[in-house]
Amino acid sequence: MIGARVGRIGYLAFCTCVFIFLVAPIIVIVPLSFNAEPYFTFTEGMLRLDPEAWSLRWYREIVENEAWTRGLVNSLVIGVSATLLATVLGTLAALGLSSPAMPARRFITGLLISPMVTPVIIAAAGMFFFYTNLGLAQTHLGLILAHATLGLPFVVITVVATLSAFDRNLTRAAASLGAGPVRTFRTVQLPLIAPGVISGALFAFATSFDEVVVVLFMGGLEQRTIPRQMWAGIREQISPAILAVATFLIVFALALLFTVEWLRRRAS
Amino acid sequence: MGLVLPLLIFLGVTFLAPLGTMLVRSVYDPVVADALPATLTALREWNGEGLPPEAAYEAAAGEIGAAREARTLGQVASRANRLQSGLRGVFTRTGRDLREVVEGPWRDAMAAIDSAWVDPGTWHAIRAAGERITARHYLNALDMQRLADGSVARQPEERRIYLPLLWRTLLVSLAITVFCLVLGYPIAHLIAHARPRRAGLLLALVLVPFWTSLLVRTTSWIVLLQTQGVVNDLLVAIGLIGDDGRLSMVYNMTGTLVAMTHVLLPFMVLPLYSVMRSIPPLHMRAAASMGATPAQAFRRVYWPQTLPGVGAGSLLVFILAIGYYITPALVGGSSGQLISNMVAYHMQTSLNWGLAAALGALLLVGVLVLYLLYDRLVGVERMSLG
Repeated sequence: MIGARVGRIGYLAFCTCVFIFLVAPIIVIVPLSFNAEPYFTFTEGMLRLDPEAWSLRWYREIVENEAWTRGLVNSLVIGVSATLLATVLGTLAALGLSSPAMPARRFITGLLISPMVTPVIIAAAGMFFFYTNLGLAQTHLGLILAHATLGLPFVVITVVATLSAFDRNLTRAAASLGAGPVRTFRTVQLPLIAPGVISGALFAFATSFDEVVVVLFMGGLEQRTIPRQMWAGIREQISPAILAVATFLIVFALALLFTVEWLRRRAS
Repeated sequence: MGLVLPLLIFLGVTFLAPLGTMLVRSVYDPVVADALPATLTALREWNGEGLPPEAAYEAAAGEIGAAREARTLGQVASRANRLQSGLRGVFTRTGRDLREVVEGPWRDAMAAIDSAWVDPGTWHAIRAAGERITARHYLNALDMQRLADGSVARQPEERRIYLPLLWRTLLVSLAITVFCLVLGYPIAHLIAHARPRRAGLLLALVLVPFWTSLLVRTTSWIVLLQTQGVVNDLLVAIGLIGDDGRLSMVYNMTGTLVAMTHVLLPFMVLPLYSVMRSIPPLHMRAAASMGATPAQAFRRVYWPQTLPGVGAGSLLVFILAIGYYITPALVGGSSGQLISNMVAYHMQTSLNWGLAAALGALLLVGVLVLYLLYDRLVGVERMSLG
């Protein structure tokens, strides 16, 4: 009995450590971004909670620095466009995949999901070669197409999952009442699968918003996104401004996570 | 089917065609063949022993001059240089100095510019670089070389780069998979069998890193692990290590292992969790009531039922790990680099795109095999996101 007790305590202690391992790195960033000094660690003043040691200077720096604001605009333009493209194409494909008459379903599903498991460096290298030939390298359009490709699997997966819970009798009922396929989709299917579609779209947006390798290979100075700017910051001129951006991205991730969880709960 | 078609066409253009282009690049390289056609034709007469005929020298002199005019000489030179180092300078010098030479004999003129032109090795390199369709990038990627007599041999031990790196990538991916399983299995179990409210909270702790930007997580690890970082400060403060004994845990293999385990852990926990959730607690109670110790019940009743989750999670983590680029590039230093980083190096720094493509193609085949295995064992349509 004592052995079981010790085992239980050990198990809970181990789990606690793993949870700390998962979350601590993300939490640590936030206070450090308010560092008054250009260091990446807690200064003595910060530990004494000396108000002088805490400051918003890195936030001021990123707001005033044109490189970051331009990066944000680029990230938003590319992310939103890529998401729209991925969501429309991915939702259509998911509807097709879920129809009982779909031939070679397994193969095609595998193909549609493959951009997610292909090492991004390979996709980026291939896209660099191919898009350069088409004159799409160093353009926003090229990056939008590339990011839409990387985001597509997420839309397909979430919408297919939502559709698997969808009662086909509803579409049959709509059809028997005289609704055409478009009307059936708009008034019956879409409202029911909307949470899945939105979740997929958020996944696709998060993918684009965090993508750096393709931008590294294909983007020019005009296409620098936030992750690209962070990459440069981490590799070249490391400054705590990065931690301020990171904090902003953490808040953004939390918002996305809660939205997706809220949608999931609503769907089920 | 009609609904899937737009996406298939889209993927064909934006994804499959680029991968195809990369595969073509790995075997097709027309630069030298286009720049030195007459030279290569003349070299066909040459049996490979001694020096090539004067005709080859004459053609080469003309075409090197023309390539210099067309500004393609640099590309030709760098390709020849990869087969025999030093040839870049030979080509550049020859292109420059040949302008002063108006007539043959060309062999003597070129030998006067650089003695490399009377070394048969130079001509072997030019002939090899002139292959339009070539296996040399793959040979290179597998640490092999073609000898002058046409046979293929392994590089000498100290010049092997890519096979050891490939091996290291596999070992590191395997280690990360094991770490993720060891860390992920208990917490997936805890979440799966906790009360709903607490389970939701704990699951959120797994999903927060999953949603947080990869660059943010990688930055965090730099902040935590660097020599003047938070972890070292903490260890010094509690007296576990001295101020001069600070551990180097980042910009090396340790950094890669820790950060990648952190990044990939959610991909292990989520499939494990969804499998464990479907195991009724009744099974364990039944085993206990029949006299099994907790360890026996776990080994013979619980563990076998979680194997699908273990397989799905491990394969997914392994697939993602072997192609990982960003994290090793940022926290791996020189000892923590993986095969993807070598692809990036040849894409961006050495500009040896053929070799980058060949390495990428080998990696792609590896991932494809694992992906097919995943589909066979788990089914891609069952891949879920949290």
